[in-house]
Amino acid sequence: MEITPRETWTVLHGMLFGAAFLLAFGGGLAGLYSLRPEWVTVAGIQERMTRLKVGLWVMALVAWATVFTGTFIVYPWYRAAPPEGTANLESFPRSFLLASESTSGWHTLGMEWKEHVGWLAPIASTVVAFAVTYYGPVLARKANERRALMIFFIVAFLTAAIAGLFGAFINKIAPIV
Amino acid sequence: MAKRAMEMDKPNGPVAAAMLAGGIGMAAMGLVTTLSEASESIRQSLAWNPAVGPLTGKVLVSTGVFFIAWLVLHLLFRGKEVNFNTYFWIAIVLMAIGLLGTFPPFFELFAPE
Repeated sequence: MEITPRETWTVLHGMLFGAAFLLAFGGGLAGLYSLRPEWVTVAGIQERMTRLKVGLWVMALVAWATVFTGTFIVYPWYRAAPPEGTANLESFPRSFLLASESTSGWHTLGMEWKEHVGWLAPIASTVVAFAVTYYGPVLARKANERRALMIFFIVAFLTAAIAGLFGAFINKIAPIV
Repeated sequence: MAKRAMEMDKPNGPVAAAMLAGGIGMAAMGLVTTLSEASESIRQSLAWNPAVGPLTGKVLVSTGVFFIAWLVLHLLFRGKEVNFNTYFWIAIVLMAIGLLGTFPPFFELFAPE
């Protein structure tokens, strides 16, 4: 049983940070949605608020960790150009995918989309974490602001999901080893 | 204590500022991505790290734009009550620019022949 340093970083980026963000989304959205004075007692709002603030900041930090490790640690291994005359491209995922018409779309659509859109997730989730921290329990009375924050939060999830989904498929077809 | 906290009001300016800055940061990502596709010289100028290529500049520029815009807008909106819906919808339009500009079938329309 062995795992290379490259595989370790790929797992940290995708399975630990990326997947943790996606899994936590449901809890965060439920917390925002149910933060209504008519549904929860004052004590309940206070208890949820602490959990929500901590959870949202952890999610925002995890989203930043995901994009930074992905872009600056894993991505260079993905895009490394093979030396002239290399016949076996398996260690060069980008070149491997582009070498065949049946797989090139995973790079031209999948990777090109993933590497850019994923960066929208930490921005959107940071905005949500800040707003919830700033308002605190007052947010329960601000239906308009809460709805706006849920839209930002859903965008954070969708962009992270696009990046995560393509990342999983690409790593299946052309793994970083 | 929680009841008192709920009854207090807080000006919405700082939240509107954060949302608008988020929209600006996302739009910056979309614009830089599309410009980088359209112009080889812009593309090369963004390749600050040879191993990462132009993606380095794209992500650091848009992240920097987000945090600087947030700081400036926060100072401008601090302690103020603003028309939240107006700033929210501006942020949504900017967000849409960010989403569109990072979608390959869109930004590839600007690639030189």
